[in-house]
Formats: sequence, C-alpha cells, structure tokens
Amino acid sequence: MVDHSPLHELTPLQASDQPYTAEQLAQLNADSDAIIARYPQKRSALLPMLHLIQSVDGYVTGRGVTFCAEKLELTDAEVSGVATFYTQYKRHPNGEYTVGVCTNTLCAIMGGDAIWESVSEHLGIGHDETTPDGKVTLERIECNAACDYAPVVMANWEFFDNMTPESTNRLVDDLREGAEVRPSRGPNRVCTFKQMSRTLAGFPDGLADQGPGAGPASLEGLKLAHERGWVAPGSANEVGGEHQATEQASGIQQENLPGTTQSSTEGHGTPEAAKGEQND
Amino acid sequence: MTDLTPILTKFWDAAQSWTLQTYLDNEGYQALDKALGMSQEDLVAMAKDSGLRGRGGAGFPTGMKWGFLPKPDGGPRYLVVNADESEPGTCKDIPLMMAAPHFLIEGVAITSYAIGCNHAFIYVRGEVVHVYRRLQKAVEEAYAAGHLGKNIHGTGFDLDVTVHAGAGAYICGEETALLDSLEGRRGQPRLKPPFPAVAGLYARPTVVNNVESIASVPPILLHGADWFKGMGTEKSSGFGIFSLSGHVTRPGQYEAPLGITLRELIDMAGGMRNGHQLKFWTPGGSSTPIFTAEHLDVPLDFESVAAAGSMLGTRALQIFDETVSVVRAVSRWIDFYAHESCGKCTPCREGTFWLKQIMTRLEHGQGTQGDIDTLLDVCDNILGRSFCALGDGATSPVTSAVQYFREEFETGMHTPWWVAFPPERSVLFDTKETVSV
Repeated sequence: MVDHSPLHELTPLQASDQPYTAEQLAQLNADSDAIIARYPQKRSALLPMLHLIQSVDGYVTGRGVTFCAEKLELTDAEVSGVATFYTQYKRHPNGEYTVGVCTNTLCAIMGGDAIWESVSEHLGIGHDETTPDGKVTLERIECNAACDYAPVVMANWEFFDNMTPESTNRLVDDLREGAEVRPSRGPNRVCTFKQMSRTLAGFPDGLADQGPGAGPASLEGLKLAHERGWVAPGSANEVGGEHQATEQASGIQQENLPGTTQSSTEGHGTPEAAKGEQND
Repeated sequence: MTDLTPILTKFWDAAQSWTLQTYLDNEGYQALDKALGMSQEDLVAMAKDSGLRGRGGAGFPTGMKWGFLPKPDGGPRYLVVNADESEPGTCKDIPLMMAAPHFLIEGVAITSYAIGCNHAFIYVRGEVVHVYRRLQKAVEEAYAAGHLGKNIHGTGFDLDVTVHAGAGAYICGEETALLDSLEGRRGQPRLKPPFPAVAGLYARPTVVNNVESIASVPPILLHGADWFKGMGTEKSSGFGIFSLSGHVTRPGQYEAPLGITLRELIDMAGGMRNGHQLKFWTPGGSSTPIFTAEHLDVPLDFESVAAAGSMLGTRALQIFDETVSVVRAVSRWIDFYAHESCGKCTPCREGTFWLKQIMTRLEHGQGTQGDIDTLLDVCDNILGRSFCALGDGATSPVTSAVQYFREEFETGMHTPWWVAFPPERSVLFDTKETVSV
C-alpha cells in the first residue's frame, strides 16, 4: 500500500573534483565572512554556510565541504558529519525545485498519501529522486507546521495549502514548464532551489513583504471572535478595539490577503477550491 | 461557555499585519519602554507572578527559568528562542511569526534585558522560508527604529539579534540539541545537568524559550501579571493558541484561556466534518498520549490533561473521526520517530526501529500473537532511558492506542488496515479525481 523508504539514506557525499573559479571563490569568501561575523564563535556559521554552498552548487559538494572545513578550521569529516545529519542538505544534485508532500500522520490521512501516490506516479520518480529534466526533486516530508491546512505540499519550502492530487500534479507540471507559481502563503512566486538556499544562508531577497500575513485557517478563531464580539479582557485599547473588530469582521475577504487571489486562478491548493472539495 | 481571547492573534487579519507600523498601531514596543524603566529583578518577579508556563510543550514556569541563571560574572549570557516548531500537529508558532513577528522581537528585547543578555538568537526551522524572511525583516525594522542595536530607547542597553535557519531535524526542537546545532554541530541532545541556565550556548548561562512564551511577555508586562492570571486556571494561567486540525469543519488557530475544552473548541470549529463522529485525538502533538470521545470535557490545562493521562503539550489538537485506523495513524507516527531519532542513545535508536518493524507488520495484517506485548515491552525499555524525551514521545501513541483500541491491534494480526478502514473515506477532497490520474 505505502512504500516505506529506508530509515536513513545511505547515499555517500558526492565528491566534486572541479575547483571553484576565482570569481566563485571570492564571492564565497566574502559571503562566509559576513556569516561568520554574525556569531560569537565561528563554528556556528557552519549551517548557514552549508546553505550557501547549496546556493552555488545545488547540493553539498565535496569541494563545498572542503571550503567550509578550511574556512572554519574543521576537518572534512567534521563538516560531512554535520551535512549528513540534516535532511535539507542534499547529497546529490538537486532539482531546480524540491517538492515535498507531507506524509506524516495527519496530512497522510487527510489525503497526503493519495497525493504522494498520484504525483509519484505522474512524475515517474520516488522519494529523493529527480525528474530527468532536472526540474523537480520529489520528497516525502515530515510535519511542516501547517496542519490546519492539511494536506500540505511544500515547493522549495513555500506553503501550498489544502492540496489535492490534481492540484499537486498541476503544480509540478507548472514548475517543470517554467510557469510562474504562487504559493498559498509566501512570495509572489516560488524561487529556485539555489535562490532559496541563499535566503536561508541569511542574505535577504527582498520578498518578505509579498504574500498574505495569514491564511484563512489561521484566522478562523479571530473571525469567530469578531462575529461574537469576543475580546480579551482588560485594557482601554481592548474596549476601543471592539468597534474596530466589528468593522474588520465584515472586511475579512480574500481581497485583504495579497497573494491568495492570483493563486486561486492558478488553482494550487486554494482555500476556495478546498472548501468545495471538503464536504465528502 | 468559554470566550476566545484574541491577543497574539488580534491583528493577524490586518493588511500587512507583519510590519512594524501595524505592531505600533497595536500597542507595539510600549512594553519594552516600560521594561527598560524597571529593574531586572522586578521583571523576573513579574514573569514568575504571572504564572506563565512554557508554551513549547513542557510547561515549565518561564519566570523560574529566567531566575535559574547564576549571578553575572562579567561574561556573556544568552537568550535562544526555540522557533524549530516541528512536533507533529503543532502549527501555532509558524503562523504567529508569519503574521506578527514583532511580538516575538519585542519579547526577545524585554527578556534579554531581564536576564542580562546582549546577543539573542532565534533558531527557526529551515523548512519555512517565508517565515525566515518575515523574521529577518522584523529584526531589520526593529534595528532601524532603535528597538534593537546600541543604546536601545536611550537607556544604554545594547542588544543584537541573530535569526538562524536550521536545516531539517525534528530533534533540534529539543533545547540542548538545538544549542549543539546552533554551535554548528549535529543536533544531538546533551546530558543534563548541567542545564542550559548554567552551561548552555558556548557553555555560557543561557535561557531557551519557546516562541509563544516569549511573544506573550509584552502583553503580560503591559497589562500586568493579574490581567494574565485573570485568564485560565489557577495553576495554568493565561491564554494560549489552540491549533485544531483534521476532521473538523473549520480547522485553524483558536486563541483561548487555558482550561477550555475540546467540546467547546470543536463547536467553535463548526463541529466534526459532515455526519462524522470523533474517534481519537491528540491534546498536544503526537508525543502526547491520545484521547478519545470520553475526554471531550477535560479542561485543556496542564493539570487536568495530566490527571486524565496525557499532556497538554503544544495544544496541537489533531482530530480523527471514525473512518481512521488507529494502527495506521500510530504506525506513521512511529515511522516519524524512527526517522528522527538522532541515534545518540541506544534505547531510542534501537527501540524506535523495532517499534517500526512491529507496527508495519500490524498494518499489513501480518501481526503475530505476541506483538502487542512486545510493543509494550519495547516501550517500557525506551521510556525514561534516554538523554531526551524523543524516545518517551514515541511510546505515547503506542501505549495509549493499545489502552483504548487494543482490538484494532488484534485486527492487525489478520486484516490490513486499508481493508478495515478504506483510506478514501478519511481524505478531505473528492477522491473520484484520484482514480483518473
């Protein structure tokens, strides 16, 4: 019924014999120095530096390991030991987009298993495998803290909420075709794996102000409180807030949430789509 | 009937809710002003008086944690925020940081001042890029406005804040594993003592607090410990975000006083999905023993949930109806624990491996007569025998599910779960489309 992936992947770190170009090396050095400067002790820079390596190489290469080791005065073995511990560090060339289907218990039961089977068959690849065009790497992922939007799919670690097998297949098709793909809660379009890795290394991409503050499920309790006139006890502000609350209650529409409107036309796990499908 | 109390969720529906301006429009950074005019001792006393208990699952009193730091010796002291939210079912910190990150940033500034810290860290899991962006942006705005950096609000207090992205490992939500990870190592738990308060980050005195705990500090300081204690129960004071997921009509975030019941929350969420019955649920994530319909009226506070045999945990209420196989649910959680066990302690590493073998057998209807006893025996050999609580958490779903649904484990000796509980009945979308793929 469900294929069980091995407990721990045993793929070795791929060596990369080709040295970095002088230009790459200069940039890596400058960026690493900026990362190291954020911490009282330089070894703390290792995790962000491994994200940085992935932003250049697309996975954790042998040369990347050596670069980090030399920069932080560690051995290659020490760096490899860290790189192989964390699932976001990839041991072989990754696709331009990592698509992760949550198959932890709640999402799996709400439809994540059906999504996984469908998209895996659609792409003809399994866990931690990449399409021949190098576009999509598929993963089964663990709980990504969006259970109220189950079933959840992540694309380069942006949220695609309330997904279905159909919307997920459409998502991977769009990613492979290079269409602009907008997450349910995230920036206007999904960045590439390398761009996303650079962001995680701590270099802002200027996209923080895009997308909604909260999705519809995050607002369910607040919406109900507005409808029933519930406010937290106490301060004058809360009393004043009551008027504001009633105004807002009528104003909670999708239009107030930048980012959700366009996604609904694209149909990637939109709340509207899900609501229609939710009554089984 | 308990009312909801939107405090941390109050302005999540505002346009651009995450900006400094929106936060300032909602009392933002007034608490920091107040804190900087108080003594450190008074701030710690205020936190203790409020009765605020850790919102990351364990429920340890926050003020007491601050008070455990040894007297200043001239060296650095650290605040590390645990933003590695990954307990299955838990989904409150991520929307909080996405919608209103300044609650956390102001809380970090106040807490740092209270414990004498000049460099704080926010360790956020790496699998939520947009939350990382929002945190970085909030920190940037706070620096520019003088709420962080040098000479904050003209008081001479200096604070730097570093937002640090993890790289995918559940175990890093355990506070000492998180510290090792933040030091650039494999995220493996440390033996305690020494506790982080004495030897934490870089072996210096360190406070590690959950996102929601720290975010609750500004409203508590602004409105007073009594205001906070006016909500909740005597020993579980205040409010918390309750996360409903699964087979309810409107899953989502419901901020309420501690002590609210699941019956009330399900009612607020529009009831169970159409025509279905509650079968089992987790009160606080997959590591807390499951409950059934008989626990609908248990007040969701630390004491009452414990008295009923589980833990309040992170208030991650995962709701499953009668279509769901308990064996399937538990087996998938066990897959998770086996995958995420860091491998440091033998009982957890080997124990979760063996639990997985047996659960998989039961899933396929190929269990043997002794399997239930073996499961319980393995759990007995994991519980309390490792450095951290990951292994303990793995035993919770198994032992509680056997307690309430033993007959389903017995069914697993001859019938696969998907025959007894066809999975298409549980999914939230129309399954006809899946056939055509």
